[in-house]
Amino acid sequence: MSDTNLTLTLGPAAGTRRPLALTPGEDLKGYLGAHLGRALLFFITFTSVLAVLLILVFVIYRSLTFLSGYSIAEFLASRDWRPTADDPIFGALAIIVGSLYVSVAALVFAVPVGVMAAVFLSDIVSWKFRNVVKPIVEILAAIPSVAYGFFAVLVLAPWMQKHFGFNTGTNALNAAIILAVMALPTIISVAEDSLSALGRELREASYSCGATRMETILKVVIPAAHSGIIAAIVLGMMRAIGETMVVWMASGNATQIPHPWWDLSQSIRTMTATIAGEMGEAPEGSLHRGALFAVGVLLLLMTFGLNIVSEYFLSRAKKASGKS
Amino acid sequence: MKKSIAGIVMVALITGAVQAETLQIDGSTTVGPIADAFAEYFKSVYPSLDITVKKTGSGDGAAALVDGRCDIATMSRFMKPDEFAKAVSNTVLPVAHVVAMDGVCVVVHPSNPVRDLTTAQVRDIYAGRVTNWRQVGGPSVPIVVISRDTSSGTYETFEKLVMNKQPMAASVEYVNANPQAQARVRTTPGAIGYVGLGFLEGVKALQVDGVKPTRRTVANGSYPVSRPLFMFTNGYPKLGSMVHKFVAFYLTERGQELVEAKGYVPLTDY
Repeated sequence: MSDTNLTLTLGPAAGTRRPLALTPGEDLKGYLGAHLGRALLFFITFTSVLAVLLILVFVIYRSLTFLSGYSIAEFLASRDWRPTADDPIFGALAIIVGSLYVSVAALVFAVPVGVMAAVFLSDIVSWKFRNVVKPIVEILAAIPSVAYGFFAVLVLAPWMQKHFGFNTGTNALNAAIILAVMALPTIISVAEDSLSALGRELREASYSCGATRMETILKVVIPAAHSGIIAAIVLGMMRAIGETMVVWMASGNATQIPHPWWDLSQSIRTMTATIAGEMGEAPEGSLHRGALFAVGVLLLLMTFGLNIVSEYFLSRAKKASGKS
Repeated sequence: MKKSIAGIVMVALITGAVQAETLQIDGSTTVGPIADAFAEYFKSVYPSLDITVKKTGSGDGAAALVDGRCDIATMSRFMKPDEFAKAVSNTVLPVAHVVAMDGVCVVVHPSNPVRDLTTAQVRDIYAGRVTNWRQVGGPSVPIVVISRDTSSGTYETFEKLVMNKQPMAASVEYVNANPQAQARVRTTPGAIGYVGLGFLEGVKALQVDGVKPTRRTVANGSYPVSRPLFMFTNGYPKLGSMVHKFVAFYLTERGQELVEAKGYVPLTDY
């Protein structure tokens, strides 16, 4: 290695006769710097992965006492969640269904509105308008969730009772609307970023082929930005599923599956609210605490499952568009 | 030189902060306002005392006392046998101090014409057997049933004295604090809920078994859903210590005035 004697013609070492690759003996500082730096960066990256893995391991470990001492079939299939009764029953079905209802309903509201708003901001309004409105949308993401929760209980719930004639304003619909509003800034911001990043050339090329604005948006721009839009939707989904304070205040926390299954005006309970609401009183090492950790495991499984599903759709869309 | 002076100053400040006495109080949202009032008075008399009052529910307070995370656990119910057992196994010996009396009031929206219910009717409503106000003499409006969550002492008292341990219906909504229950009932015409005596603003308290919840009926026990409010400590606190002063404050005239000002029933007829 040390006998490749090349003459450099550019740069500060131009004109000197110096080997291209230096051995560790000749350039100890450089060698150490390169390898230590690489090790440090690897360690930092690995720490974040390690944190996620440790959380998963911890939650699973703490739930094992419950999962081995209680019938898993009853845990997953029974609707009765009565942890403090004399004869405790831990049936999480109503809670799982509650989480699903609220998350799916929030996405049904948030995804079309979010993607359309992102398209509006990137393709339809002027640059000046976009530069004013986009920071305002991003501020919405900074509002604390407790503030949303108060709004849901004190303003939205009575409003729903009065104008829609619901019996109770703290129900699945209330929680879904607030979660949609919370997920919107994330979806709009990330989707708009990926749409803008496509650049003018793509759109100009489409227009030069004679396409109308609608055709450009629907058939050229959105498919080109599909990975960013899917990423935006997944991020919004994560926000909605993991939200705790808002659903604890706004969903009513009734451990029931709504009676006609589509009736969102009935009160439900989510997994996140159950964990947050009952963790404080469940004594350390008790079956109740193990049950709450088991609900946490279910929540993690749901989140990871959704991640995998979105990766699948992402790879399918990539294949369809010809990239690999 | 400058750096070492800054370091010395920081260490002095930190040790100074550590040496100020702290008092950790955790537990019931019902007893919380009393603890807050006592803490405010104590802070004015002992400025160096650092009191923290947390209100997360009686169950949480008991767990905190058992784990040694608080000095005083405020609870609106007595400790359960398994909480006692856990405490003893942690060498914590809980001692109950009764600081006030409280009535759990069944409340409805002010527009609801129903004025009284029997304990059996309230039980039927919460168990899901009665679902419309029409069935208990009111208008034809579906009943929205609101309960406190299971970590609450108010919930435990209600369950013991009214529900007779029968399970509540699956459609019962749960809120996590007295003020939230009050807000829900105040804004929902068909709602029924239960709150402590100090949280009756904006809602209508029903007579239960013909007895109106007032100071006198709670103090002499004629109101069926009355209960003592506790502060639990680890053993009897050392005489003269700050913890002892706090839990014995209800015996002083000032303490009883504060209890009464918050809407609860003082223990003696001072």
